[in-house]
Amino acid sequence: MIGGLFIYNHKGEVLISRVYRDDIGRNAVDAFRVNVIHARQQVRSPVTNIARTSFFHVKRSNIWLAAVTKQNVNAAMVFEFLYKMCDVMAAYFGKISEENIKNNFVLIYELLDEILDFGYPQNSETGALKTFITQQGIKSQTKEEQSQITSQVTGQIGWRREGIKYRRNELFLDVLESVNLLMSPQGQVLSAHVSGRVVMKSYLSGMPECKFGMNDKIVIEKQGKGTADETSKRRPSAPARSGKQSIAIDDCTFHQCVRLSKFDSERSISFIPPDGEFELMRYRTTKDIILPFRVIPLVREVGRTKLEVKVVIKSNFKPSLLAQKIEVRIPTPLNTSGVQVICMKGKAKYKASENAIVWKIKRMAGMKESQISAEIELLPTNDKKKWARPPISMNFEVPFAPSGLKVRYLKVFEPKLNYSDHDVIKWVRYIGRSGIYETRC
Amino acid sequence: MTDSKYFTTTKKGEIFELKAELNSDKKEKKKEAVKKVIASMTVGKDVSALFPDVVNCMQTDNLELKKLVYLYLMNYAKSQPDMAIMAVNTFVKDCEDPNPLIRALAVRTMGCIRVDKITEYLCEPLRKCLKDEDPYVRKTAAVCVAKLHDINAQLVEDQGFLDTLKDLISDSNPMVVANAVAALSEIAESHPSSNLLDLNPQSINKLLTALNECTEWGQIFILDCLANYTPKDDREAQSICERVTPRLSHANSAVVLSAVKVLMKFMEMLSKDLDYYGTLLKKLAPPLVTLLSAEPELQYVALRNINLIVQKRPEILKHEMKVFFVKYNDPIYVKLEKLDIMIRLASQANIAQVLAELKEYATEVDVDFVRKAVRAIGRCAIKVEQSAERCVSTLLDLIQTKVNYVVQEAIVVIKDIFRKYPNKYESVIATLCENLDSLDEPEARAAMIWIVGEYAERIDNADELLESFLEGFHDESTQVQLQLLTAIVKLFLKKPTETQELVQQVLSLATQDSDNPDLRDRGYIYWRLLSTDPVAAKEVVLAEKPLISEETDLIEPTLLDELICYIGTLASVYHKPPSAFVEGGRGVVHKSLPPRTASSESTESPETAPAGAPSSEQPDVIPTQGDLLGDLLNLDLGPPVSGPPLATSSVQMGAVDLLGGGLDSLIGGPNFVAPPAAAVPANLGASMGSGLSDLFDLTSGVGTLSGSYVAPKAVWLPAMKAKGLEISGTFTRQVGSISMDLQLTNKALQVMTDFAIQFNRNSFGLAPAAPLQVHAPLSPNQTVEISLPLNTVGSVMKMEPLNNLQVAVKNNIDVFYFSTLYPLHILFVEDGKMDRQMFLATWKDIPNENEAQFQIRDCPLNAEAVSSRLQSSNIFTVAKRNVEGQDMLYQSLKLTNGIWVLAELRIQPGNPSSLLLQLSLKCRAPEVSQHVYQAYETILKN
Repeated sequence: MIGGLFIYNHKGEVLISRVYRDDIGRNAVDAFRVNVIHARQQVRSPVTNIARTSFFHVKRSNIWLAAVTKQNVNAAMVFEFLYKMCDVMAAYFGKISEENIKNNFVLIYELLDEILDFGYPQNSETGALKTFITQQGIKSQTKEEQSQITSQVTGQIGWRREGIKYRRNELFLDVLESVNLLMSPQGQVLSAHVSGRVVMKSYLSGMPECKFGMNDKIVIEKQGKGTADETSKRRPSAPARSGKQSIAIDDCTFHQCVRLSKFDSERSISFIPPDGEFELMRYRTTKDIILPFRVIPLVREVGRTKLEVKVVIKSNFKPSLLAQKIEVRIPTPLNTSGVQVICMKGKAKYKASENAIVWKIKRMAGMKESQISAEIELLPTNDKKKWARPPISMNFEVPFAPSGLKVRYLKVFEPKLNYSDHDVIKWVRYIGRSGIYETRC
Repeated sequence: MTDSKYFTTTKKGEIFELKAELNSDKKEKKKEAVKKVIASMTVGKDVSALFPDVVNCMQTDNLELKKLVYLYLMNYAKSQPDMAIMAVNTFVKDCEDPNPLIRALAVRTMGCIRVDKITEYLCEPLRKCLKDEDPYVRKTAAVCVAKLHDINAQLVEDQGFLDTLKDLISDSNPMVVANAVAALSEIAESHPSSNLLDLNPQSINKLLTALNECTEWGQIFILDCLANYTPKDDREAQSICERVTPRLSHANSAVVLSAVKVLMKFMEMLSKDLDYYGTLLKKLAPPLVTLLSAEPELQYVALRNINLIVQKRPEILKHEMKVFFVKYNDPIYVKLEKLDIMIRLASQANIAQVLAELKEYATEVDVDFVRKAVRAIGRCAIKVEQSAERCVSTLLDLIQTKVNYVVQEAIVVIKDIFRKYPNKYESVIATLCENLDSLDEPEARAAMIWIVGEYAERIDNADELLESFLEGFHDESTQVQLQLLTAIVKLFLKKPTETQELVQQVLSLATQDSDNPDLRDRGYIYWRLLSTDPVAAKEVVLAEKPLISEETDLIEPTLLDELICYIGTLASVYHKPPSAFVEGGRGVVHKSLPPRTASSESTESPETAPAGAPSSEQPDVIPTQGDLLGDLLNLDLGPPVSGPPLATSSVQMGAVDLLGGGLDSLIGGPNFVAPPAAAVPANLGASMGSGLSDLFDLTSGVGTLSGSYVAPKAVWLPAMKAKGLEISGTFTRQVGSISMDLQLTNKALQVMTDFAIQFNRNSFGLAPAAPLQVHAPLSPNQTVEISLPLNTVGSVMKMEPLNNLQVAVKNNIDVFYFSTLYPLHILFVEDGKMDRQMFLATWKDIPNENEAQFQIRDCPLNAEAVSSRLQSSNIFTVAKRNVEGQDMLYQSLKLTNGIWVLAELRIQPGNPSSLLLQLSLKCRAPEVSQHVYQAYETILKN
């Protein structure tokens, strides 16, 4: 298991050091500093073995978190734990920076004592931790309160405490998708997928039982089988239509509050949500993705010292919708000496420090197209190596889900308290963003 | 006011100041002081001098302060054991506190203080806490047992904590169960023999129930524990798999990977014909792909594991090539791993896409990545024949870029392509020769020299080219030297007239001026060959080369199986067994995949199994080890050859196998003594190390004909059952013939005559080769000894047990029947020695379900004797190597009906005078394994 956990600043000075196992000594702290932080080269592996000691590290801005062990630990668990540790710290004191860590070092030690015991991760849900790690000391808790805390920390529903009350029961659902694309210069889709998240903010009283439904192809088809037998005979087009409205989900993962065995057997998503914001599910789709933009590049080399670049972007969604924050990044060779740009819409600038032309458009409606052309002057070089021509990348935000996912319902039941599903105010929002959206040129 | 100020004080006399503050009356000041102490401790300053003062602050109501003091204690108690005792009282008191959080804190901290005297005081509170009413205290106490075990294992056993811990597995609270499982698993690891976890269907059921309810971390502990269980049959395996599959949708990647581990392991037990098997395969792919959208560090762990999974079960991800395409801003470690997997998944169906990608990658910036991409193009050419032409032209394009490392890498892979497709792409040699001067890496130089030597007849100035290398002969690395030697000898054999001087020059450089025994030996061998029999030399040096493998970098099958058991852990990231990087006794237990045990008996007879006729798709392949692609091409890499035994056979020596396998294993031998330079193997006594005796075994081929082990005669037919005729006998095998040695005794009162014998049909077609010859009538109380020659051409019928033989004997009185079991080793034929390449190919080709594992305890021999003893019974050692101090023998044998049995024998030291042998057998007809194992045991123990 995890033998020790260290936090360093960018210089390699230790900010936090907690040792859990006898086989990890103080020299381990220095070994990591010397061999990894001070190595000052690109990290070749997130796992390093130095003198039979293994170091796992992640970096958040310029802070290094390193877990150390001498045993054959579950490596995936160690990284998951390090991420979790970052989440917990962020939930307590915001951004993970040297300043914040130094200011909260007592708290961090207290957290580390609680969420890692002898190197075994324990309950690390912020909701539960905040009930008893408060930096206030234990203030005359009653016996009931104490046992409520312990039963929550160890219990089956460790992520939610009892007795939450709201005057207004409200929930927000955000479907956040990032659409990824790799396209060849000829416009062939090399790979495309959507990775989506459903983030829920719940302000609900009591211990509400929730059920979430979306246009999952498997569910829709299953339901269709039960009722659509006779209707489909009359209207042969029906199944085709429902097929269009439902989407095929390649895979999905859920927050630990979701009952996985129920999903496995019935494919229904039921859970008791944590209070406040959490990520209900993640999913991935690869079929029938709506690609919001198409990028058409044209690069022409004119002699050895000049390049002509023309890029057309086309928006491919309903004309009534507006895409925002559009940015096209066209890489330029390292030996660029000057660039002239003409664009029809938005603003374009050559940024020498980033070796790219950055073209920004604030808004763009669907089914439109726009164009930029640039002349790039090159310095003559005798460098034999050709320019690697990195792909043209794009950023944007659109108000729909490129995967086609639709929330069908989110039902709330709280049998003990006096409110029903109708009384809950629900909000749903779809945001599609670009992930890695690249077109080779 | 912020806490960061504590990090900045570096005054002299600080300790003194702190001491004063710690003893202050004001609570706030005290707390401030303790914080300062902890901050100093963090940055590595020694503040142990403050021990008594800090401990004095322990008795406080302020929980925050208490925790800080505890933290200090955990750090320094070991260096100040006497003073640490001062803290005991507070601990014991806290363990009785009404607040469960404080009780748990006390017991948790006490477990971290590694001082004997404190440990003694820990026992009572711990016992209480294990039975505490509050689950929070119980789950903390469960882990504390593991802590205590780490300090004093004996104490834990004596105090009976292990039993209490076992009881906690049935606790009502899922988190207590999970922590108890974690603690027990850890303790069990240091006692591999003890049946501590005692996994049985009931306890497994409890764990599976808890799995649905506990935290994500608890699920990991439980899944990792489940993976150690071996279900009793395929039904149980399936039912566990069904309950584990929902975990594949968990958001925590570690839960997913641990679930994958359980499924991959238990799948071994399921029959491939089962519908469920197919369903499971389909269910595994999506979660594995999803892991690739995790953070880069986790992606790396996932990719390392996927690399193992695609080697074990390529069918899972065969359609998922695209997700492994490299993204422009992936970290380099993710890029390299993705590339590896892409090549493994490359097939005819997707090769066009893969090649297009690889070509993109070859223009990237990172040197390692570009090299790997170039190498990958070569591998594609070798793997998918249809793409070879395109690959070659892509490589030529890359050579035109003149980027030094790209050119070198391309030449190394083109050499492999030449090997795979002879006489197809040699037109590019001219282009390659243009780049001769730019090659500065040994591997590329060696590859180029090989090409020049191999195609000497087509390159007009081959002698000049090679001569130019010869000038700096002594500055070259060993692999280049060896290659140059061979290439010049090849050149000489092809163009003897012009190159005589050159060959003499290189031979004298190699034999007289070199310190490298490898080079010298090879030089001498060539010299002798050339001087005694040039025709033979030609046959040897220019012999046909065996095919090269399509797959490279494959992990050895046994290691792969072991690593599959470690999915998700560090071992799977390093691709090494835990014993390679974990110190001490922990985790050194070798894990292996469970054998398949069907609940319903299969009714396959051995005769229908495709014996000896491998239905392999890729016959005669030599896989290469690691990145040592050079090995493919008789580029000997010199001493550090420690790969799998079959990986390094030299190529052009095919027929003799003296240079290749012989020398390599000679070097690999542990007691290697440098042979005198001119020594010829035959002069070396058997007193040389095991490496040499290995060489003998390999070269002598059908060496010892002393015959296999003969069991003492046993009574087969007692006189009572046969009207006075008693028959005892045994089976022997000598110089290739089997016989049945019979002893007939007449215990009746009348003379017996007219003997005849007949066998019923049996599994291997054993039949008398001659009639039973009893020359004189057998008088009462007379005994006659007869040797009845047998052959194996009789009719065949599967018997139960397999080696059952029913015999009928007739005399003038009556016909008598008896049955006997013959030892299987009489059926081991003399030409049962499989060639190394064939061995590895066959080993891979035989499905793992056919593998059977046995243990032979208390073998009274030493390692050398084992091999020779087995050889005299026609079990041949094909190769031998040493893994982590244990000898591994790879053996083959063939039965009279052509069934090959392959064996891997791991020799472990048992008691001082005996060995513990682990035997894995692989055979296309798995029914024989049990009997082969018995034969092994008989041979070795007698």
